[in-house]
Amino acid sequence: MDKILEVKDLNISFHTYAGEVKAVRGVSFDLNKGESLALVGESGCGKTVTAKSIVRLLKEPPAEIKEGSKIIFNGKEDVVKMSKKRLRSFRGEDVSMIFQDPMTSLNPTMTIGQQIMEALMIHKGMQKNEAKKETIKLLETVNIPNAEERINHYPHQLSGGMRQRVMIAMALSCNPKILIADEPTTALDVTIQAQIMDLLGELKNKFNTAIILITHDLGVVANFADKIQVMYAGEIVERGNREEIFYKSMHPYTWALLNSVPRLDTENKEQLYALRGTPPDLILPLKGCAFSSRCEYAMEICLERKPVETRLSNTHSLSCWLQHPDAPKVNRAEVLRGEMNE
Amino acid sequence: MSNENLIEVVNLKKYFNVGKNKILKAVDDVSFNIKKGETLGLVGESGCGKTTCGRTILGLYAATSGHVYYCGKDVHAMDFNEKIKFKKNAQIILQDPYASLDPRMTIGEIIGEGIDVHFKLTRIERQRRINELLDTVGLNQEHASRFPHELSGGQRQRVGIARALAVEPQFIVCDEPISALDVSIQAQIVNLLVRLQKEIGLTYLFISHDLSMVKHISDRVGVMYLGSMVELAPSFNIYQKPLHPYTKALISAIPIPDPKIEDERKRIKLEGEVPSPINPPEGCKFFKRCVQATDKCKNVSPQLKEVEKNHFVACHQC
Repeated sequence: MDKILEVKDLNISFHTYAGEVKAVRGVSFDLNKGESLALVGESGCGKTVTAKSIVRLLKEPPAEIKEGSKIIFNGKEDVVKMSKKRLRSFRGEDVSMIFQDPMTSLNPTMTIGQQIMEALMIHKGMQKNEAKKETIKLLETVNIPNAEERINHYPHQLSGGMRQRVMIAMALSCNPKILIADEPTTALDVTIQAQIMDLLGELKNKFNTAIILITHDLGVVANFADKIQVMYAGEIVERGNREEIFYKSMHPYTWALLNSVPRLDTENKEQLYALRGTPPDLILPLKGCAFSSRCEYAMEICLERKPVETRLSNTHSLSCWLQHPDAPKVNRAEVLRGEMNE
Repeated sequence: MSNENLIEVVNLKKYFNVGKNKILKAVDDVSFNIKKGETLGLVGESGCGKTTCGRTILGLYAATSGHVYYCGKDVHAMDFNEKIKFKKNAQIILQDPYASLDPRMTIGEIIGEGIDVHFKLTRIERQRRINELLDTVGLNQEHASRFPHELSGGQRQRVGIARALAVEPQFIVCDEPISALDVSIQAQIVNLLVRLQKEIGLTYLFISHDLSMVKHISDRVGVMYLGSMVELAPSFNIYQKPLHPYTKALISAIPIPDPKIEDERKRIKLEGEVPSPINPPEGCKFFKRCVQATDKCKNVSPQLKEVEKNHFVACHQC
């Protein structure tokens, strides 16, 4: 498979009055053509920052992409070093993004037709009539009924699900090779969430677009993502394909994520597994494993030294000292049966 | 859980006048009861009237018609003194812990406000009570002198819970208490609510759109659609064998974090979106999106009926 995106040793800091916040620390991953990748983690773990840096949407300063970070698009271009002019065409044509809150990401003073046409006219140099026809076609692709009428509507006249469809239509207007979806369904109801996720899946197959899905909900990922990366405090702590993360995951944080959501298909009335405490403050210097303060398997070495990445298979790897040959063995099956009480 | 009803809701209606002779029927003829020590879950999509229902039960909204009885007394017909007593017994935990705490008050003041209204305590007793409450919800005593902006979302929600507990209530409406929180923090808060129920014997009305969490915490679950209760059953039944087509669709839409199950599952797709509660369709409100709809559904509004023991459903086809 062809690599469409390679992120190498990405380090991003924010300079604030309180000090330097190291939001993303040494993140590397690949994305193949037509593949779907999920970034999972709690708020503040750096998943959105990682995604935004791919489109260079972070405001610099206060953000700073550290030296040595590489985001290679299509095997040749480094996004970090792109000129402003190239970035303008890069965004939209090559990579586009949809956001969590569709109300604040659409312009309230323009009809949705104008907003989609604008992209087509600028990027593809279409004439107005042509762009209008294309817009109607796009809105039909994302299953918006009465598209011809809808293009004259303003965002406030649409429901949340409709607005998110408009965002998707706009993002797809120039056939991008990568679509970044930042919590696209968090603001929506479950029934609408199912519709939107189905739509994203359909479009992925139809246009062979690679999708980066950012979410905190492992459920959404279960039937969508090819690859999953779990992030914690600015680092990828475990990565693998669907089966590996859901059935063979070995990182205590991934277990905690899997365990802390009650499941519909089991009748388990026991206490939910709740992680102690909160994620670390990234302004303070981190020593050892970032998760060690909340991890119940933490050993002395976890507090002292950062774990190295262990490869379990070609696709599955994690950073945890429990993988060290001398570490005590933890029975995964027992942990995931919900016996991790406070 | 006892057999005594703590809350009885009878044909409760709450309409809002939205101008131009339009009426928004937020809660339209809902009846149910909550037993002492029970948790009743209320689920539904946004705009289905679950929050309005919770607030009307507490008397925060005046009901358009219908009655809410708390221990046999009508909440909306209480005199001043009775109302004060009721408000001591029935509390609410709000959704947004960022917006529901006064930014200019310290945590101690926020929790102490209710104590001052309902109890006559000396300063030392009051302080001891506040410390006790902070302890109960898992905060430190030093938090009493902090301001809300110094706390994280999860900690703020704990303050919200402590504030509700301060007046020693029997009944708490939890209005989406976990929606604004991260997954790992959600579990902390839910465990706290469950623990408090066991220790103090609280009764909850748990409002949420997160069906898996509602299933976890509730004894019974009511499903609302456009202001009406469409199904009401013990939580195990409602997820194991839902009867109403809307409940079925809602449950099938919730993703399960397990790829094998997820791949084999068949989704019931709902076409379109929830219609506006302003001038809702006559007959069954779910008619337009329902696959089983008949002419009868179009014209006659179905009533909630008991099809199995404790399993109520409002559908002509069940």
